[in-house]
Amino acid sequence: MTEATEPQAVGTPKDARPIKLACRNVWKLFGSNAASFIRERDGKASMADVTAAGLVGAVRAVDLEIRQGEIFIIMGLSGSGKSTLVRCMSRLVEPTHGKVEFEGNDLLKISDAALIELRRHRMGMVFQNFALLPHLNVLDNIAFPLSIQGQDRPTREARAREVIELVGLRGREHFYPRELSGGQQQRVGIARSLATKPEIWFLDEPFSALDPLIRREMQDELMRLQTMLHKTIVFITHDFDEAIRLADRIAIMKDGEVIQIGTPEQLVVNPATDYVAEFTRDVDRAKVISARSLMRACDGTEHGGTVSPDAKIASFSASIVASGKPFAVVNGTGKPIGEVTPQAVIGLLAGLDKPRVGA
Amino acid sequence: MTVTANASEARPPVQRWLLVWALALAAVLVVFLLQDGLPWAVNYPAEAVVPVADWVSALMRWIKSNLSWLTRSITAVLGVPLDFALNLLAKSFKIGHGADAYVLPRLSWVGVCASAFIAGHAAGGRKLSLLVGGCFLYIALFGQWTSAMLTLALISIAVPFCIVTGLFAGIWAWRKPWAERLIISPALDLMQTIPTFAYLIPMLLLFGNSPVSAMIATAIFATPPMVRATMLGLSRVPSEIDDFSEMAGCTARQKLWRVLLPSARPTLMVGVNQVIMLALNMVIIASMIGAGGLGYDVLLALRALKVGEAMEAGLAIVALAIALDRLSQAIAHKQAKGQTHQAVSPVFWRRYPHLTLVVAILAATTLISLYVPAFAAVPKAITFTTAPLWKAAVNWITINFFDVIEAFRVALILNVLNPLRAFCEGFPWLGAVALLGLAGYQLGGLRLAALVAALTAFCAITGLWEKTMATVYLCGISAFIACLIGIPIGLAAARSDRFEKIVTPIIDTLQVLPSFCFIIPVVMLFRVGDVTAMIATVAFAVVPAIRYTNHGIRQVPPALIEAAKVSGCTPRQTFFRVQLPLALPEIMLGVNQTILMALAMIIICAMVGTRDLGQEVFIALSKADSGRGIVAGLAIAFIGIVADRLFNAWTAKARARLG
Repeated sequence: MTEATEPQAVGTPKDARPIKLACRNVWKLFGSNAASFIRERDGKASMADVTAAGLVGAVRAVDLEIRQGEIFIIMGLSGSGKSTLVRCMSRLVEPTHGKVEFEGNDLLKISDAALIELRRHRMGMVFQNFALLPHLNVLDNIAFPLSIQGQDRPTREARAREVIELVGLRGREHFYPRELSGGQQQRVGIARSLATKPEIWFLDEPFSALDPLIRREMQDELMRLQTMLHKTIVFITHDFDEAIRLADRIAIMKDGEVIQIGTPEQLVVNPATDYVAEFTRDVDRAKVISARSLMRACDGTEHGGTVSPDAKIASFSASIVASGKPFAVVNGTGKPIGEVTPQAVIGLLAGLDKPRVGA
Repeated sequence: MTVTANASEARPPVQRWLLVWALALAAVLVVFLLQDGLPWAVNYPAEAVVPVADWVSALMRWIKSNLSWLTRSITAVLGVPLDFALNLLAKSFKIGHGADAYVLPRLSWVGVCASAFIAGHAAGGRKLSLLVGGCFLYIALFGQWTSAMLTLALISIAVPFCIVTGLFAGIWAWRKPWAERLIISPALDLMQTIPTFAYLIPMLLLFGNSPVSAMIATAIFATPPMVRATMLGLSRVPSEIDDFSEMAGCTARQKLWRVLLPSARPTLMVGVNQVIMLALNMVIIASMIGAGGLGYDVLLALRALKVGEAMEAGLAIVALAIALDRLSQAIAHKQAKGQTHQAVSPVFWRRYPHLTLVVAILAATTLISLYVPAFAAVPKAITFTTAPLWKAAVNWITINFFDVIEAFRVALILNVLNPLRAFCEGFPWLGAVALLGLAGYQLGGLRLAALVAALTAFCAITGLWEKTMATVYLCGISAFIACLIGIPIGLAAARSDRFEKIVTPIIDTLQVLPSFCFIIPVVMLFRVGDVTAMIATVAFAVVPAIRYTNHGIRQVPPALIEAAKVSGCTPRQTFFRVQLPLALPEIMLGVNQTILMALAMIIICAMVGTRDLGQEVFIALSKADSGRGIVAGLAIAFIGIVADRLFNAWTAKARARLG
């Protein structure tokens, strides 16, 4: 019981940040009369209803809130609707029903001109296959969104050079996309989407087309950029390891529905369904689970050290096992709120705790 | 269990179709045998002929008398750039009138040849430079310069016109699906299947016997590939690039012109290449209505049966065609590969060295030509003619092999062509409508059946049934022979890389040649008649059969062939049980193309005395009888459309079955 309430507490401080983007009962159905179908049912329909009506439910009843500055990951296998959902958020795809709120304003109600303005200055997007323009060189590709806005050449090129510097592509300004490796091309894609200084940054499986080593390098690069830029990021992936590495929170999608939203730790410790549990099974738990989830009340034994409640088990597993004594879990003021035993850590590393967590 | 159940479920429809076909064929046979009793079913009754031709003539007369202000102004507007190009390349500018006229010279041939070398070098390196420059030098040295430049001038004005029109039509069709379905797509089908001759008649009527009407006919004929390339290119732009342009905040116009069209550039360049080649083809044919140039030379020589001169002009067309094709293909290829970075220099002549050099050379040589006559026109002393050589060769062949050739010709006519022709011309029109309709129903349902039957019936009720069947017979046998030759060559090319290396350049060249050129050598040997038409058509139409067969076999996924090998197939089994069935839809597409090309060629062969719809158009052209020509042209187009739709439906079915 305590576990069910404790992880909620992990998210509590983050909730203080304002909501940047929210989906309220968003639906995207394909098929004839999809709009009237969902309107008649007042935005409520089961999978069976949708199928019976001969429609395809790409996105169904999605409710989520993305807070400013967080990395929000939408995770799902191919065909789960994650790409459609992110396109609904940016209105590349017009949702059939529901609201998409950008800072509280319904994105679906604004005019085309306002939408263009919004996309030009406040949204950026990175694509799986880079979507670079083959006829422009790196510099012109990156400056393209600025030139669309009508900025003059010196201004936009100065800005483009800034972001080229930022993503480490200096010296390649005059190369054409086909002369670059996949990783370099995606750096161009990232630089291009950053050139307009967007507030919200959509990344649609940005690293899926890259090979594993480069992918890891690019993930590190993204984290480095995020510590400097503090963007609100919506990141799509089908790779759960990638999600766990990067996410503040993860939404797991299946068949167009979001089946669970939570921090990586919440998903691992408390999967909502067997489907989520299946995903989390092979995760390196020590890197996800924090001391808070593993601690128990102090029973008076001597402590070998102290850790913060948010510290991941992997960060102190070696030292706790070496010391052979429980570590005290202390909060911000240095007051112990519980302890973690070496046995619990060993159990976690050996995978003994799974039945307990899964139950 | 399920397998047998499926099989027994699948059988009845097949058997039913067999039965239906047997009954239908039997019924047609009965009509054929009883033709004395049922004459109206065999030959369409003359008194019931719908006078569509008269209606069209009346309409054209009305247009001519009421819209002459429009046609005149079009002629005037288009005449300006056309005259400029003609003067620039071929005729020289004359300012003022009479004796005190001042003459600005045309571009010097030396300069144009040098530009051809440089253009080849810029687009594809030394080899291409030698090829393109060599072709131009050939034209100059063989005394065809002025004619060739007239042809080139027409092309150079018609092509940009086609490209711009095609681009906008393609964009419109891509933006508005209803426009594509209702207007563009049917229009393209008609434009490409109506024989080239048939275009000439209304142009002649509306715009007179002038280069302008030739140019308009050329533009109509050569625009479709650009429209198709634009539509294809735009629809092929990756959806992510489309999404990106939206997310960058492009307006609809910015998206189209700055993102989509540049991204589609490789496909567009393929369209440009096709436009150039079709324009060349058409400019040659349009020489009949005043285009002048090389086509006119061929026409004059053929009419006078001067084989040597015809051959020379024909070879100059070939040289021009090869030069233009290789040059535009190299540019398209370069576009497809994408650009590479290079240091950008702010100085104009450093940034565009080739262009600067070309302009400089053209200016310098043309200036020199003011004082040195050898630069203005190719001096007689350095040109040579091969006409006597060709004449001697033909004479030698005729003297030594006359008996063989004549025996072959007569045997072909007596044993193959005449019986087939008699069969086709006696074929009941009602039976043809019914059988084709039935085929349409089986392959594509009621709509296709109605279309096919209606188009076939059109040929009969306009009173052209016999001529239609004459066309079908000649086209059919030519296409059949072309497939008989082409498919085995394609199969062989698919199985041997070395053979493919030999075949590819040959069919590339054959494809580039304007249809006119095929007639010349054949007519030298076989004189006029059906045999000549057939042989020229086979040579012209064999290319797609080879190309599609080769491509079809080669595109079978290697994984499937490996799977077949692993399951223990012998090479023979792999070929017959795996490759051939999978390649069949593609091969059938090639057969379809072969038939359409044969049809186009048969019509042009009216020049060598066939007696079919082509001759009908040809006569109408010489009499400027627009109604007769257009109706015959439509009948030809409808034959093509019927064949095309049936084959496409069949291929689509086969494709669907293969998944």
